[in-house]
Amino acid sequence: MSKEPVAVVGIGQSRHVAARRDVSLAGLVREAALRALQDAELTWADIDAVVIGKAPDFFEGVMMPELYLADALGAVGKPMLRVHTAGSVGGSTALVAANLVAARVHGTVLTLAFEKQSESNAMWGLSLPIPFQQPLLAGAGGFFAPHIRAYMRRSGAPETIGALVAYKDRRNALKNPYAHLHEHDITLDKVMASPMLWDPVRYSETCPSSDGACAMILTDRAGAARAPRPPAWMLGGAMRSEPTLFAGKDFVSPQAGQDCAADVYRQAGITDPRREIDGAEIYVPFSWYEPMWLENLGFAGEGEGWKLTEAGVTELDGDLPVNMSGGVLSTNPIGASGMIRFAEAALQVRGQAGEHQVDGARRVLGHAYGGGSQFFSMWLVGDRPPDS
Amino acid sequence: MSVVLKAPLVVEFPFTRSLGPVQSAFLTGLRERVILGVRTRDGRVLVPPVEYDPVTAEELGDLVEVAPTGTVTTWAWNPAPRRGQPLTTPFAWVLVRLDGADTALLHALDAPGPAAVHTGMRVRIRWAGERTGAITDIACFEPYDGHRAEPTGHTGEFEDPVTGIVAAARLDYTYSPGRAQTAYINALSGRRTMGERCPSCRKVYVPPRGACPTCGVATSEQVEVGPRGTVTTFCIVNIKAKNLDIEVPYVYAHIALDGAGLALHGRIGGIPYDEVRMGLRVEPVWTEDARYPDHYRPTGEPDADYDTYKELL
Ligand SMILES: [Zn+2]
Repeated sequence: MSKEPVAVVGIGQSRHVAARRDVSLAGLVREAALRALQDAELTWADIDAVVIGKAPDFFEGVMMPELYLADALGAVGKPMLRVHTAGSVGGSTALVAANLVAARVHGTVLTLAFEKQSESNAMWGLSLPIPFQQPLLAGAGGFFAPHIRAYMRRSGAPETIGALVAYKDRRNALKNPYAHLHEHDITLDKVMASPMLWDPVRYSETCPSSDGACAMILTDRAGAARAPRPPAWMLGGAMRSEPTLFAGKDFVSPQAGQDCAADVYRQAGITDPRREIDGAEIYVPFSWYEPMWLENLGFAGEGEGWKLTEAGVTELDGDLPVNMSGGVLSTNPIGASGMIRFAEAALQVRGQAGEHQVDGARRVLGHAYGGGSQFFSMWLVGDRPPDS
Repeated sequence: MSVVLKAPLVVEFPFTRSLGPVQSAFLTGLRERVILGVRTRDGRVLVPPVEYDPVTAEELGDLVEVAPTGTVTTWAWNPAPRRGQPLTTPFAWVLVRLDGADTALLHALDAPGPAAVHTGMRVRIRWAGERTGAITDIACFEPYDGHRAEPTGHTGEFEDPVTGIVAAARLDYTYSPGRAQTAYINALSGRRTMGERCPSCRKVYVPPRGACPTCGVATSEQVEVGPRGTVTTFCIVNIKAKNLDIEVPYVYAHIALDGAGLALHGRIGGIPYDEVRMGLRVEPVWTEDARYPDHYRPTGEPDADYDTYKELL
């Protein structure tokens, strides 16, 4: 028996900001969940199961927050699951929820991811001083910057590419009312002039630290038929993982990322992603990861990703817009960031992305990764059901 | 085989919490010696209050004052209180349904011994002397045989409400790096770097973790690597990290020691930071009493060819 097609019929986000001191964790997730229910014109009673995700518990120090959030998410008396896959968790949470619908275990599932970084200390949570071990010698960017230099060496990309990505994403964020950073006076010169923190990474090429939540309502064909607004349809979805460190690991283009993308394209019948996909929301926490992931995801050949960025192909009005929402570079509630990518992809094919809508977007990729390039999760959504 | 290393690891952090309207009222109330619950649509009073109805998921906000006296609904004796618990002498953990409430609150009961505690016993709140707007404003409960206390009729509106708290978390572990890393650490004290070779793919893991993550097989063959190596990639750190006493700028590099199957991380010194490059040949510089090399410095050899280290970035 074939899988049940999965539709996204409701999407909700909180307005992402540096600190939401006015709400508890429960209040924050509630906002996103209610907006998703409103979008789908459904009530708590219409939800069969709840699947949530966030980054490790250590970040906010609330152990197993899913227990306490059951009330806020109307999960009492229903199955509730929590997914853990580090920074990719927003994506894999959506896929676990989607698989429950695809397998006909549940008809309609609420999926949600969140992070309250203002009440969290991610850097501390990730770098506990372990006895006998050498202390970490650099901050967060110190982990990523050497991989970026490796990419530059391998591809011969000019040094300006990172700034171009940041300039684009920050301008896109100006068109997205939910984005955290709204830098109205942004210029390329300002990005280039921002302090070089971890050379080759400048301050303006790094992601902010945000409080936010993102929710989606996923449903089956019958649910989609009742939806008040056009649904987005999942055309393919996959997860892959590999160790954070091993001999032969390619941090520039991890095998798990390539395999994950190939699986999604195979499911969706995509043979030429560059031509057949109309846009992508890609997890880019440091600007240089745009060209790196363009290659990893098969949108460009090895060493060629930066040429798409340089030529303006990934601009909002380009041939393959990337991070139309402003991306992780403009909004980063860590656990939610992957789901925001998935949700923004769905908004595009539903024609509901507002000012950052790509005209005629029919197939859009949502991508997330995390845990030192250990976990990858992706989906491709379309404006029509699969096999139609 | 040498003894596997062990050491205490204490993880602690003062987490902050934004309370939202209901918890804000509840904790501010405790500061003012007022206990607030929240009323659900079906008329039940939940203490401690919650923001969302556990049955209907409705948002709740109808605050109701309850009495500082109540009844123990169940309990467990705690013969050996631990750090951070409400009392330092043995006490009972109790669930107390306060008079006027439909649910019970978890707290401590100060009692001389388990024989003095029973389900159904009457108790009252013993307030802390200094109250800040936290659950610890209730010092504990104590046995009480007087009349049911009456609420003061408070509305739940306060001057200067508490909107956030600091919740200090602390975890005490005993950490052991395990057999393979113990051997590696012990070798470092002789200024030698020992890895382990995978019997399947023949790659040398440094530091060793006792297994090859690619092949999924145990490793045991000891292989000395280095001391020289190649800078495979790096960044220049211009921002001073907390708890790190290194002058910026400095170079943080991935260094593939000769013979190692993957790079380890270290600082590069003995050369201006802007002259460090991929392929630079380096060697460790040790200081007295340090477990790890302080940094790596150029050996003066010609740079390594990119093809020799491109798999080790
Ligand atoms: Zn192996």
